[in-house]
Amino acid sequence: MSKEKFDYFIKGEKGKYEVVIGLEVHAQVLSKSKLFSGSSTKFGADPNNQVSLIDSAFPGMLPVINEECVKQAVRTGLGLNAKINNYSVFDRKNYFYADLPQGYQISQYKNPIVGEGKVLLDMPYGSKEIGIERLHLEQDAGKSIHDMDPSNTYVDLNRSGIALMEIVSKPDLRSPDEVNAYIKKLRSIMRYLGTCDGNMQEGSLRADVNVSVRKEGDKNFGTRCEIKNVNSIKFMQMAIEYEAARQVELIENGKVIDQETRLFDTKKNETRSMRSKEDAHDYRYFPDPDLLPLKLEQKLIDDLKKTLPELPDKKKERFIKEYGLNAYEANVLVSEKEISDYYEEVAKLSDKKLAATWMMGDLFAMLNDKGLDISKSPISAKHFAELVQSIKSGEISGRIAKEVFEIMLETGENPKKIIESKGLKQQSDPKELEKMINEILTKNKAKVDQYKSGKEKLFGFFVGQVMKSSGGKANPQLTNEILKKLLKG
Amino acid sequence: MSDITNQSLNEIIENVKTKKVSSTDLTKAYIKNIESAKKLNAFVTTTFDQALDKAKQFDNKPNFDQLLPGIPLAVKDLFCTENTKTTAGSNILNNFIPSYESTVTKNLWNNGSFLLGKLNCDEFAMGSSNETSHYGNVINPVGDQLVPGGSSGGSSSALAADLTPATIGTDTGGSIRQPASFTGTVGLKPTYGLCSRWGIVAFASSLDQAGPMTKTIKDCAIMLESMSGFDEKDSTSINKKKEQYSKNLKDNIKGLKIGIPKEYRVDNMPKEVDELWEKGKKILKDLGAQLINISLPHTKYALPTYYIVAPAEASSNLARYDGVRYGYRSKQGKDLIEMYEKTRSEGFGDEVKRRILIGTYVLSSGYYDAYYLKAQKVRQLIKKDFDDSFTKIDAILTPSTPSSAFKIGEKTNDPVSMYLNDIFTVPVNLAGLPALSMPAGVDKQGYPLGLQLIGKALDEQKILNIGYAFEKNCGFKNEIKKWWS
Repeated sequence: MSKEKFDYFIKGEKGKYEVVIGLEVHAQVLSKSKLFSGSSTKFGADPNNQVSLIDSAFPGMLPVINEECVKQAVRTGLGLNAKINNYSVFDRKNYFYADLPQGYQISQYKNPIVGEGKVLLDMPYGSKEIGIERLHLEQDAGKSIHDMDPSNTYVDLNRSGIALMEIVSKPDLRSPDEVNAYIKKLRSIMRYLGTCDGNMQEGSLRADVNVSVRKEGDKNFGTRCEIKNVNSIKFMQMAIEYEAARQVELIENGKVIDQETRLFDTKKNETRSMRSKEDAHDYRYFPDPDLLPLKLEQKLIDDLKKTLPELPDKKKERFIKEYGLNAYEANVLVSEKEISDYYEEVAKLSDKKLAATWMMGDLFAMLNDKGLDISKSPISAKHFAELVQSIKSGEISGRIAKEVFEIMLETGENPKKIIESKGLKQQSDPKELEKMINEILTKNKAKVDQYKSGKEKLFGFFVGQVMKSSGGKANPQLTNEILKKLLKG
Repeated sequence: MSDITNQSLNEIIENVKTKKVSSTDLTKAYIKNIESAKKLNAFVTTTFDQALDKAKQFDNKPNFDQLLPGIPLAVKDLFCTENTKTTAGSNILNNFIPSYESTVTKNLWNNGSFLLGKLNCDEFAMGSSNETSHYGNVINPVGDQLVPGGSSGGSSSALAADLTPATIGTDTGGSIRQPASFTGTVGLKPTYGLCSRWGIVAFASSLDQAGPMTKTIKDCAIMLESMSGFDEKDSTSINKKKEQYSKNLKDNIKGLKIGIPKEYRVDNMPKEVDELWEKGKKILKDLGAQLINISLPHTKYALPTYYIVAPAEASSNLARYDGVRYGYRSKQGKDLIEMYEKTRSEGFGDEVKRRILIGTYVLSSGYYDAYYLKAQKVRQLIKKDFDDSFTKIDAILTPSTPSSAFKIGEKTNDPVSMYLNDIFTVPVNLAGLPALSMPAGVDKQGYPLGLQLIGKALDEQKILNIGYAFEKNCGFKNEIKKWWS
């Protein structure tokens, strides 16, 4: 892989500017019930059908911590190589909004459940470590729906009380590409761990993006703006680009950047001021007196650590060592747990390197085309391995393999059967091939003469004729050899 | 039976068990009393038809093995009761009918009792005279100009006037013990976490605790046994084995060490309160207890600490009353913010607003450290005072209140003098300890006064035993003329 140089800078009239980005990712905890109530967390239910008395904050209702959510946060912390805090505290973040029934969000402020950690990114210019500041548990709010009625707002509390992990990065990111890699890596780690499904369309993963700029080489950070609640990587990247350019323009014009909270308007592709620092909420955080501090036994943490699955970084190392893949291949194949599982099953039964090439080529193209996850692949790993093995053994050529692949897709048949029943087996008998090639050369006497007088490009023509006449089954390597030999003579 | 309603709960239970009175007749007797006592304004809601149905069900199929067989009970209107309006004394919950039953009341019903009605209280339990209720002030049966104490003023009034055989209240800073003291009745604030808070309209979560209000110590033991117990729905509930307080009640207190804290004296405290305290000490000493002088040096900071912690929690707990999902909503207001403002302005009374403002202030950035955080530290010191003392003693004896019942309207324009009424009761809430107020005598006007027994955490049995022995030897008799009927 070529080592490119990092070169994401905003060019202004007066020089180059570096963009500094920190993310607060809100990841929905994968759990059956909410953080402090027994309500279901399933996506897509009718409005207000998954709401308990606790979620809707009826008088006298009390929160009780869902242990599974705590374990999920610990697992995620361990996956981020982070410090797990044996003592953490739930605080109330007080503010009024129609979709916040309690009038406060239960969150963790001074004492989060997870402390500092790190995430490793593979960038074209090498690997880069992004620091994690903290991870804490908090409740999600409900949803206000403003466009159902001209004069009323509707509120759906299905999300109210669902557990979120807020994962705060250090301001270590420097470009939209790094943000892309970071979100994908986080998502991958959490999906491996089974702690967040990472489904951005359903809102399981959102982020607040902190952006500032500074002149190349400056040590101090510039004034940052926080872009709230961006729900796709593409929008995050667009928002960063817009925001960085806006800040550079302000600086170049001698203006000051106000520290403020901004919104990204996806239709106009711009960020807009939501509220300034002066108007910032005073959330009046204080420890929630309805909940005792969360004390975790070291044994629980150790036990969870023992049951963690192999995570992408480790798996990548192993794939390189065990399967002889290059870093790029390994990266792609470990990006999703399901992909890596599929690959390992194929690699067990066939050539490891060829399996990787064919998976990343035809299989991924097909899945992409059909919009399918690998877990829904119409071609099983076992059949795919047979196909790879047929190529490796020379039974079929790559071209025929593509044909077989299409038939497998249509019929679900195993490749051996398809090759046999359709007579697609590669012609690899040198005598028979030589006989066929001789016939072709005789038929094309004029072209042979031209070739011999120096028009060597015609070689391809002859190969094409052989393939045509063999129905594509002629062993390409052998065909080449024989053609070369006969054309010399 | 001519007048069963002036008997103690324990006596009534005996009469029901021996079939001297049916649950139906008992219920009818209380209904009659309640109907003739409207002047006291103790009830916000009555549930007579439902109570008579339950009484009939009991009589048809009695179970005399229960702790409260066929006993009608009125409860403070802070406990959510399924399908029965629950107001917390506030306009903002004027139309609120819960679909659920608080754990504490459910425990009572599971022990054989049933609901007679909901008792008036200070709005969201904020008050010491029951004058902050949206449903009007309650009158103390002791005298037609007197407050019944608060916030459980409807409870103390109804109990002293024989409108319920026993009742329950909640105590955040004295709201059970002070009204008990003002009406010559017994009130117990249990250890924090002994009774579940689930389904009780919250005032200050780290201080709120439900407890019994009764005519006698034995009744108090029966009620506590019936209402307490671990509840997994309350994260602050204590997981321990249930105790049989009434069965284990003993009047032998020989050798027990009773602490007498020198700090429980205030300026201008009536002489009678001091004399009563002396009388209490003597009675306990005569019963073989040993009196030990102790010091609880941080006592003087308890009231200011309380008036930071409690409003801080209240300001957050009461944020949910916003008119969006239930309760009162103002018809005014052109947008969300205005709807909030009008709803809460019209829905809450002055005292509640005052405490929300104080609470919001002490939690605000820039003030948090100076007020809330410091108050939490002082709270730890107050708790430590008690912990240190309890290494040497079994219980502490103090007056319950610095005065007897005061006149309606006497303190309404001076919140601080009103707050001072809780000066002997709040330290206990800050420390999470159990404390009992028991009637001990009367002042020169003939108004009842109580003494307070403070115990170690979960030492309810011990303070009940001391109270039981005291009661037998004190000779106090609550003489209330039924002037209202």
